[in-house]
Amino acid sequence: MDLSPLYISLKTAGTATVFTFFAGIGLAYFVVRFKRHQGILDAIITLPMVLPPTVVGFFLLLIFGKHGFIGQLLLLGDIRFVFTWKAAVTAAVIVSLPLMYRTSRGAFEQMDVNLLYAARTLGVSEWRIFWRILLPNARQGILAGLVLSFTRALGEFGATIMVAGNLPGITQTMSTAIYAAVQANDDATAFVWVAVVVSFSFLVVILMNYWMARLYGFGRKGNGVGGNRSQHSQTTA
Amino acid sequence: MEIEVSIRKQLRDFELQVDFTAKDEVFALLGASGCGKSMTLKCIAGIEIPDQGYIRLGKRVLFDSVRGLCLTPQQRHIGYLFQNYALFPNMTVLANLQFAARGTLAESRCRIQDNIRRFALQGLEGAYPAALSGGQQQRVAFARILVSEADILLLDEPFSALDSYLKWQLEQELMHVLGEYGGSALFVSHDRGEVYRLCDRAAVINRGHIEAIDSKQALFANPQTLAGALLTGCKNVSTARKIDNEHFLADEWGILLSGTIGQPIPDHLRYVGIRAHFFVWASGPGENTFVADIVEVIEDTFSFLVMWRPSGGDGCSRLLRWEVDKETWRQVNGSKIYLCLPADKIMYMQK
Repeated sequence: MDLSPLYISLKTAGTATVFTFFAGIGLAYFVVRFKRHQGILDAIITLPMVLPPTVVGFFLLLIFGKHGFIGQLLLLGDIRFVFTWKAAVTAAVIVSLPLMYRTSRGAFEQMDVNLLYAARTLGVSEWRIFWRILLPNARQGILAGLVLSFTRALGEFGATIMVAGNLPGITQTMSTAIYAAVQANDDATAFVWVAVVVSFSFLVVILMNYWMARLYGFGRKGNGVGGNRSQHSQTTA
Repeated sequence: MEIEVSIRKQLRDFELQVDFTAKDEVFALLGASGCGKSMTLKCIAGIEIPDQGYIRLGKRVLFDSVRGLCLTPQQRHIGYLFQNYALFPNMTVLANLQFAARGTLAESRCRIQDNIRRFALQGLEGAYPAALSGGQQQRVAFARILVSEADILLLDEPFSALDSYLKWQLEQELMHVLGEYGGSALFVSHDRGEVYRLCDRAAVINRGHIEAIDSKQALFANPQTLAGALLTGCKNVSTARKIDNEHFLADEWGILLSGTIGQPIPDHLRYVGIRAHFFVWASGPGENTFVADIVEVIEDTFSFLVMWRPSGGDGCSRLLRWEVDKETWRQVNGSKIYLCLPADKIMYMQK
């Protein structure tokens, strides 16, 4: 049996998650910190979450296709995009970005603003505040966002099949392999990939829950963000 | 270090309009919640930006709307003590201090050690904030402010969320720290007791305006305004009108009263007030003395709160509250009670 869909899926989702991780956190920070144009920017980033993936795929084709703006630029550099692995990664980034963005934004907004104010009055630069205060204290939300966007990227189907196609060994992921197998009445292959996808996703969610429980436990001993929460309820009681 | 503040900022319900100067002293802003006192501190620290005005700390101008000057919070060197202390939960005590330290490494190491000793934090360097008691957290927050080389302390209701026992302990510690610190501090509170115990001078803020600035003794003896009287804890207030040079009518209490000889009654008298423990039990009729109709008696921890009104009125005048110690109340209870409002204890307010 050809295992390339597993390999391609992991590689695509992994690469996409790296981009999504930084872009999502960056955008969330930007939107929370500079409140200008917040509504529009937020809507644009979130849209792929609610649109049918085929619509996202259609837009990607419009932009990156032969007649699209970026597509023509790429042609000048003799770079092919549509029906390549790059296209699969791009599709996965676009559909998983809203999850990363929204969970990190939620984590940033839930943080005690006094921590940021205190750091500023103490003379700490915005850069250090971001790395040493904002990120560490929002880590639970950021980790949750990371896991969610990775699983979303792994399960991506609609936009991928439109811009990257379903070329075995090149762009065929597990999701598209299942589709192809069912089309070809090859139920056995379909079952294998379904089993792999379900068990993999299940494992990731279980791991995430375990991880979260450990983080909370860590906090309860008075060492982390969870511990800060109990301190809060104490002072506001 | 002297601080001069003169700022205007439009808030949702009113305009904040604050002007004051504080020297090397503990200066309090006393006001009800939502009156703009915390906003004033935030404007000084640079967390909020006033619409217009001027803020100067020592020789440095922090904000000047005319010159378009507005320093960032980082440049202002202002120590802000937050209500929840805002210690960084992901860092140990030592890391909290190191994170705030300015200057070269050798200098800051020295300053950190000094402040760990000064605030008795030895042994707690490796602890995380969540594992500290309220008092320890407060001391770490102070140490962190001093390590960052702040030129002034801003204290934003540091005790408002605590139970009374813990509050008293922290207040004692704060008194100690302020004594040690010696520089200027601005203290924001709605608690008259805290303000009186901790501060030298105080300003009364009502709906964004400073109504009175004075030494705490003068301010509590004569609050000048209705908001001031209520904030300094005056329980009995009535609208009032001047009748002649010696007399005024307290409408809501329904009684005519005489003023003190030698202290003229202000022409534009609007309110009068008397504190609940200033009534004097008299043996018979006299000046400003009335037969009391007792309406309700409430037993408090160490006193009785006696709600009464002068006899002979229409029975719907505003009740007066007399706070009397338990011993005295047991003596007078049951007999016909004459109560006197001593003229020198009556406060006049023109707004």
